[in-house]
Amino acid sequence: MIPLNYYVLLSGILFTIGALGVLLRRNPLVMFMSIELMLNSANLAMVAFSSALQQLNGQIFVFFVIAVAAAEVAVGLALIVQIFKTKHTINVDEMSNLRG
Amino acid sequence: MHSEVASGEFFFLTPWVVFFPLIGLLINLIFGGWLLRRPWGEALVGWVASLASGAAFVVSVLLAYSLWLNHGQTVIVPLARWIQIGDLQIDWAFRVDTLSVTMMLVVAGVGTLIHIYAIGYMHEDVRYKGDPLRYRRFFVFFNLFIVAMMILVSGDSYLMLFVGWEGVGLCSFLLIGFWYEMDTLARPSWANSDAAKKAFVANRIGDLGFLLAGFLMFWYFRSFQFDQVFEAARQAPPELIIAITLFLLVGVTGKSAQIPLYVWLPDAMAGPTPVSALIHAATMVTAGVYLIARSAELYTLVPEAQYVVAMIGAVTALFAATIAVGQYDIKKVLAYSTISQLGFMVAAVGMGAFVAGMFHLVTHAFFKALLFLSAGSVILGLERGHHHLAHHSHGHDEHHEDVFDPGDMRNMGGLRKRMPITFWLYVIGALALAGIFPFAGFWSKDEILLDARLHSPTVYVLLSLAAFFTAFYMGRQIWMVFFGEPRHAAAAHAEESKPIITIPLMVLAALSIVGGALNLPFKGFHHLGHWLEYTVGEVKALPLDLGVAGLSTALALVTIAVSWWVYGRRPSGAGQPDPLRRLGWIYTGMAYKWFVDEGYWTVFVRPYVRLAHFLRSVIEDRFWHDWFHDTVLVGTYNWLAHVGMNRYADQRGIDGFANWLGEFTKRVSATTRRVQNGFVRAYALSILLGVVAILGYLILR
Repeated sequence: MIPLNYYVLLSGILFTIGALGVLLRRNPLVMFMSIELMLNSANLAMVAFSSALQQLNGQIFVFFVIAVAAAEVAVGLALIVQIFKTKHTINVDEMSNLRG
Repeated sequence: MHSEVASGEFFFLTPWVVFFPLIGLLINLIFGGWLLRRPWGEALVGWVASLASGAAFVVSVLLAYSLWLNHGQTVIVPLARWIQIGDLQIDWAFRVDTLSVTMMLVVAGVGTLIHIYAIGYMHEDVRYKGDPLRYRRFFVFFNLFIVAMMILVSGDSYLMLFVGWEGVGLCSFLLIGFWYEMDTLARPSWANSDAAKKAFVANRIGDLGFLLAGFLMFWYFRSFQFDQVFEAARQAPPELIIAITLFLLVGVTGKSAQIPLYVWLPDAMAGPTPVSALIHAATMVTAGVYLIARSAELYTLVPEAQYVVAMIGAVTALFAATIAVGQYDIKKVLAYSTISQLGFMVAAVGMGAFVAGMFHLVTHAFFKALLFLSAGSVILGLERGHHHLAHHSHGHDEHHEDVFDPGDMRNMGGLRKRMPITFWLYVIGALALAGIFPFAGFWSKDEILLDARLHSPTVYVLLSLAAFFTAFYMGRQIWMVFFGEPRHAAAAHAEESKPIITIPLMVLAALSIVGGALNLPFKGFHHLGHWLEYTVGEVKALPLDLGVAGLSTALALVTIAVSWWVYGRRPSGAGQPDPLRRLGWIYTGMAYKWFVDEGYWTVFVRPYVRLAHFLRSVIEDRFWHDWFHDTVLVGTYNWLAHVGMNRYADQRGIDGFANWLGEFTKRVSATTRRVQNGFVRAYALSILLGVVAILGYLILR
């Protein structure tokens, strides 16, 4: 039986990688993948706790997260396609129209 | 002293002496304008006013009868509570005693006759002056005068008397200025309204004296009621009584046209002739004599004040009589004659001869009203002649001149034949005024002279001289107006007046003939003396002194003969100078009224006008307006507004704060805008840091 700490640690590592990916990368596709990584690290943690605590709440919550993530990607990819059509680039640093 | 009102007497009617004329006034005020536009309405307006005055006369007669039943005892009829302040209580009460009833009879009696005369006179006057709708106003004012005069003579306190005193002054002002927009010759001018103002201002000076006397009474006696004042005066120090009586005398000199305030009365002839007869000859100007007679108990306490009153009256009598000799205006002669006769009355009441003064007041009301009204008839006659000429002289213009003065005696002459009724009436009035036996003026003037000879030789000499001049100027007037040849075409075509004008004159003429019967100097015939005794105290009835009477009558007859020798023997033609011109400076002085008006102008009016001008141009305009207002007030305000409010409070304070706020906001936003750098990843980092911070806080707290 793998101890719970290992899952939590792996989840933290994955979350950190995801967060750094969001912050450091300029390609929105990669940033989406990083977001997926963060979401799934959270899913992993919830599943691990659900198993450890013998409660189904966490697992049910994970289903919701997966559904939301799928919807989010659908919206996000559509946005990226539109941005590329107007700007002919998808570099997020070029998308600074709201700069004050 | 006051008896209970017995049944069967008419004292309850007393307020109606005031209310009847008041009702007449209101009827004409409300319906008069409507009536005047009806063909029959004009006469009705006049008759309503005359009936109102006549009703007051009937009430006066009933009051006299009641008083006789009441054995002459004073009755006080309270009407309303007027003023109550602290311990001062003043009622509107009527005092019915022999003195006030005598005045009521004169005012309402002569007043009614003059009202009737005015129906005819004003009918023509308003048409010559070109404003027939002013007819109503005349009778409203006339009735208002009767109201005020009745309040004056019937009041039971000095304050009620003063109300009437001011009321008649107002009516005098209104009626002198009746044709306010023209002069006496109907030319556009403010001369008539200036005359009205002069009368009002001169009376105001006199009223100040009356007011001061009233203040003294209130301060020391705490009352205005006659009986209470007289009661308190007996214990008062004589200096106080002298002050009160002399202040009252100032009021008398204003209202009764005595030296030095007489100057308004000749100018007051600017009013229509009935006004001159009623107000400025028969009634209002005698209010001063009434006031002194009413205050008899005060004056008899202080012989010094009495002496001053007598001297002022006597000097006025002579002074005004001399001026009357030099006048050419038929009404001006009568005006100065009135001043002179008022001087006789004032001298009489000043000497304590209250009965003689009141007697002369009554007879003078008869014959002077008669003279004025006859003069009005003469003026109308000339006016008619003038209009007659104007309508019959197309083509030959020599009759037309710019101005025709129907009151100028130099335009008259020979009217005896054209206006016989007026002539005889005028002669009766003139003889009564000159004091010829047996006319009313003879008895009353003789009684005054008799008293004067007993009390004061100076007054006697002055009054005798005045009587001499009186006979002379009346003779002069008769010869100039009615005898000789007409000096003007209008006089040659003069027409006699209608019966509405002559009948009241006949009544007055009858009174002027028999009026002396009121108080004949024979035992048992001192009716007026006994009648007034109840009010003014015991007055010794003097028997007829053949010396005094004979001397004055002889003097008058001789004087009339002299006037005939000067004016009647060789009547001067048109444009010839007055025969008296040979007297040199004396004539000049008389003709120019001894330059009193000019003197007053130089001494009082011009300095006053200059002072007023100085106050206006320098003090008001330059100091208050230009300097104080424009420089100090406006300048300070502008400085405060510009510097204090604009530069500091507004620009630096309010604007500064608002600008600072905007600047501050700009700077803050310039700083904080950098946060919004548009880099999505930077936002993501801040969200991360925020989440970490919040979670860290929640976990670690």
